[in-house]
Amino acid sequence: MKQSGTIVEKQYFTYGAAPDRLQLESGAVLGPVTIAYETFGTLNRDRDNVILIAHAFSGDSHVAGHYPTDREGDKPGWWDFMVGPGKGIDTDKYFVICPNILGSCMGSTGPKSINPETQKPYGLDFPMMTIGDMVTTQKALLDHLGISELRAVVGGSVGGMQVLEWCVRFPEMIRSAVPIATTMRHSALAIAFNEIARQSIMADPKWNNGDYYGGDFPRMGLAVARMVGHVTYLSDEAMRRKFGRRLQDKEAFSFGFFDGDFQVESYLRYQGSKFVDRFDANSLLYITKAADYFDVVDRVTASGPLKGGDLQKVKYLVISYSSDWLYPTYQAKELVQALKRTGQDVSFCEIEADCGHDAFLIPDERLTTLVKGFIDGVG
Amino acid sequence: MESAETTRLRFDLRIIASIIPENSRVLDLGCGNGDLLEWLARNKNIAGTGIEMDKQKAARCIARGLSVLQGDLNDEVDDYPDCSFDYVILSQTLQQVFEPARLLYSLARIGRKVIVSFPNFSHYSIRLQLLTRGMAPKNDQLPYSWYDTPNIRVITLKDFRKFSRDVGYNILKEITIATNRSNEEGKVIGLFPDLRATYGIYIIEKNRM
Repeated sequence: MKQSGTIVEKQYFTYGAAPDRLQLESGAVLGPVTIAYETFGTLNRDRDNVILIAHAFSGDSHVAGHYPTDREGDKPGWWDFMVGPGKGIDTDKYFVICPNILGSCMGSTGPKSINPETQKPYGLDFPMMTIGDMVTTQKALLDHLGISELRAVVGGSVGGMQVLEWCVRFPEMIRSAVPIATTMRHSALAIAFNEIARQSIMADPKWNNGDYYGGDFPRMGLAVARMVGHVTYLSDEAMRRKFGRRLQDKEAFSFGFFDGDFQVESYLRYQGSKFVDRFDANSLLYITKAADYFDVVDRVTASGPLKGGDLQKVKYLVISYSSDWLYPTYQAKELVQALKRTGQDVSFCEIEADCGHDAFLIPDERLTTLVKGFIDGVG
Repeated sequence: MESAETTRLRFDLRIIASIIPENSRVLDLGCGNGDLLEWLARNKNIAGTGIEMDKQKAARCIARGLSVLQGDLNDEVDDYPDCSFDYVILSQTLQQVFEPARLLYSLARIGRKVIVSFPNFSHYSIRLQLLTRGMAPKNDQLPYSWYDTPNIRVITLKDFRKFSRDVGYNILKEITIATNRSNEEGKVIGLFPDLRATYGIYIIEKNRM
């Protein structure tokens, strides 16, 4: 029997050392820049079987499989049900690349990386980067790997934003795009929740203006930020089904604040505490801000059909979830409308699911079948 | 996987498929499982798009590699620029549309030609039932009771010809067919179509003065 996980190793690509530092959208410069990435499957001779997967805000390059150092019982990558031999994105056919985003803390350069000028972690000296800057670094990685054509760019949530950014920046490289549970720009609601998350970190005294590396870090602020995030990833229905008003390990109210009474409290506390062990508070600040700044509406609207007759068009598959209240279906439909108006080849499907925004991370045959059929059918 | 040759299209869809020229841009409204679009893509190299309300059917189409939007056709047709398609197909759906004039106006705007088909309410079986039994008629094409039918309109061939003229469309072609019980097979009806045809298929375009 084939081991459920492909064995994969994290790789690193570094470029942009002074004086060729990276010019960011904000005008700031950054360099050198390291991008962590993982690859699955084999690049074919024509180099035309490449699929780029863009991860969501707190994700990483470990999209599927196991690391050689994993022990029995360790979880595989975050989209293991989708990516692998014979799966929706079939690594027997396709060469899959998943880079860690700029500004993250999972191997790519971000606020906790060492600033070559000070030999200390950047902290708030890290320049503000955008979704566009993330895509610029991914393009540099592909150049480095000698890849100039993508059969598909696929991603959910903030990953979907990167997909759209790819499409407006490098349409000539892309044959198809699958933005999932995403938006052309944040609504006030989405910005509001991100701001609450940021304020909760910045209000933690241990945050110390972002300068906490090497000491105690804003554990509580980051945990609360994650708790807010988790509420936005779920839905009213999902929370009713999962928790309702059920109590956690008790028969009666505690009539106090320190023991969580309700299961939902316990769940959020658990999610919060789990998150602080793996994620950097400053990365959360930077990445949520990048997502808030992201706005691709004008560029999608202006990106009419490619001129010149035979140039290939990007084929789009837009997917939304019925219970996603962070990026609701109406926002996916706005994207579909904009693409239709500019004459793009677009498919759209809303998947009926009560798990909210995070539904794309939960194994679902419908998503797998859609993505598989769509990508396999790209001419 | 069935090949295009072995996939037997429903008879009315075969007639419609035979009308569409090669390399056309086609929009199929209410495309169901995408049988017509797939046949046209394989055999006539068309660039096709479908619109389907049902999520499972839309997903099945997309998984077949077809470009399909899941949504309400009345809304979805509004977003396309003028003349985005050579042919827009509205097959067996007109009788379920709330605002047929508005929809046909949109279709004639986004498509150069529109193919409309619907079950003929003046078929002799319908006429006889109403005459002899005095109850809302049913037949193989219109099998529903009055209280659970999705068909909110009853249309005869004559009605449609008059409607087309009144709202400013040219009928370029009328094909009237009689289908068997399952609607899988049938034949083209030349004589007395108003009485004998189970379906009318019309190619219309906007009167461009």
